[in-house]
Amino acid sequence: MPGSTQGSALSEQREKVSSPRQMALRRFVSHKAAVVSCIIIGVLALFVILAPFTARYGVNQSVQAPPNSFLSPRSNAWLGTDDIGRDLYSRLIYGVRVSLLIGLASAVISVTLGALVGAVAGFRGGKFDDVLMRVTDLFLAFPFLVTLLVVRNVLGGLPWLKPLTGEMNSVRFIIVLFSIFGWMGVARIVRGQVLSLKEREFVEAARAVGASRRYIIARHLLPNSVGPIMVALTFSVVGAIISESTLAFFGYGPQAGDGATSLGILVGAAKGAVQTGFWWLAVFPCFVLIIIALSINFIGDALRDATDPRLDRGV
Amino acid sequence: MLRYILRRLAWSVPTMLLVTFLVYIALRVGTDPVESYKRVNPRASRAKVQQYIDINGLDPNFVQGYFKWLKNFITGEWAPSIKGRREVWPALKDAMANTLRLGTAATVVGIFFGLVAGVLAALRPGGKRDVFINTSAFVGISIPPFISAILLQLLFAVYWQRWFGESLFPTSGVYPAGHTGFNLFLMIKFMALPTIIVAIQIIATYSRYMRSSLLDVMNSDYMRTARSKGISERRILIKHGMRNALIPVVTIAALDVGSIVGGLIITENIFAYPGMGLYFLKSFGEGDFPLLMPWMVVIVASILLFNLIADISYAWLDPRIRLE
Repeated sequence: MPGSTQGSALSEQREKVSSPRQMALRRFVSHKAAVVSCIIIGVLALFVILAPFTARYGVNQSVQAPPNSFLSPRSNAWLGTDDIGRDLYSRLIYGVRVSLLIGLASAVISVTLGALVGAVAGFRGGKFDDVLMRVTDLFLAFPFLVTLLVVRNVLGGLPWLKPLTGEMNSVRFIIVLFSIFGWMGVARIVRGQVLSLKEREFVEAARAVGASRRYIIARHLLPNSVGPIMVALTFSVVGAIISESTLAFFGYGPQAGDGATSLGILVGAAKGAVQTGFWWLAVFPCFVLIIIALSINFIGDALRDATDPRLDRGV
Repeated sequence: MLRYILRRLAWSVPTMLLVTFLVYIALRVGTDPVESYKRVNPRASRAKVQQYIDINGLDPNFVQGYFKWLKNFITGEWAPSIKGRREVWPALKDAMANTLRLGTAATVVGIFFGLVAGVLAALRPGGKRDVFINTSAFVGISIPPFISAILLQLLFAVYWQRWFGESLFPTSGVYPAGHTGFNLFLMIKFMALPTIIVAIQIIATYSRYMRSSLLDVMNSDYMRTARSKGISERRILIKHGMRNALIPVVTIAALDVGSIVGGLIITENIFAYPGMGLYFLKSFGEGDFPLLMPWMVVIVASILLFNLIADISYAWLDPRIRLE
């Protein structure tokens, strides 16, 4: 086929002059699982954004007049109903919407915070760096759930934080909590990156020309750490979604008002459904959570490979 | 080496004090121990409340209160729990023993299979087996323990009973209700599911560590030297490869105790397994300060201890490292 050989010749030519970004994109696309994951997450996001059209019932609406509780999957409730007759399929859509919001919001906040703190700590070094790393080590050494619960209560117990955090079982509180938590891991990664970057020639050159610290951090160190920061961002999204489910599972999660729900609340309800054998209440929410976690993890993994220029030799 | 260990042990005392002080503050702000005492014992007289405040060191001044608590803690005058006035030490001891049993079982099973899987994957990187093991490990890491717990319970306990008349593994406890004495078979049956769930995470994590560590070692110069000397492939793998690849893995294992305890807390709660996790969640839910503080001390101490073990094992396995 002449057309295809021509095409490959063309792409070969283009490859020779491709920018780092294009090379990263090419490496990312060659990761099949990640591409599939992107499609899955895209479809999920569409479902969630178009919730008024894709959901068949309101979040708090029962599918039919009683008796309607614990109906197994059927035509008017594709994934069955819960204890008070609400459609699990529709509730999953609304739940994923809240969970994705929590995941994205807290990931963006914590990564921004963590990148800045990590960059400053790595660049300045000294006492600030020492104290920061000690605190981070301490927090990360504790069992995760223990720290999360204790910090959650401490946050809720400080009255002057109320205007920022809102009620303890609100979605906003959860986002603030996860942001406070999430930045430490990111700060550590960015710090490591900055530590190795700041000894490089181009930073030295910038300093020799008289660039200010702020300029060097903003124009040289952070842009060069963009790969690890992106990877940290994807993993933070998963981390926040799973943490939310864990908290909700143990009854400390958000109690979104008006019967609004989250993936965590749905998975938490599954706990009660196990013994009674209403399998759909356990299987579907768990399955959705696994799909989301796995997809985002695959994307993060591919991003890590794609943004690491050392890996390009083999391709 | 001995001097290093002694110095580290000496250092761990101030660390312990500092961390427990922070934990003390966090618990006082977060759980408000006096309020929860009054909530659980609504008819307690003022003298009783004052006695509770005294023995737990719950003074308005945090620093003074902490040292009061510390003095009572060290001299063994532990306050009883706020609910039912139970002795704390027996409850804590039982919880520790149960968790140690589950944790050891899961860690041994998990690390063994994790290392084997990692070695199998690293032997032929890029091969079918490697891809399979790597992908499975990835899936294993992505699934949070409570999800796998729910699904496995549903399958092996509830639906197994419907299909075959008897559930393969029970869903809660260490022994059936009313059982006394020791019965290994029953214990294994009851502990199988929680062990598997904690072990899945460990297997997934360690197979990845082991794989990348062994791959690093396999590509190193001394491996090529050993091969060129004509040593058999099997001997190279065991004497040169495994031994060196294990160094970073052992260190990570010792540092990882926090996350293993984290997995245990979640799993124990789902299976109503009476260990440290259930103990923590129960006493935390009730704001039971007398139960919580010793628990925290145990956790902090074990984290510090395993940190020390990690450093020592690092030096012991790798003669190039000198501890000063």
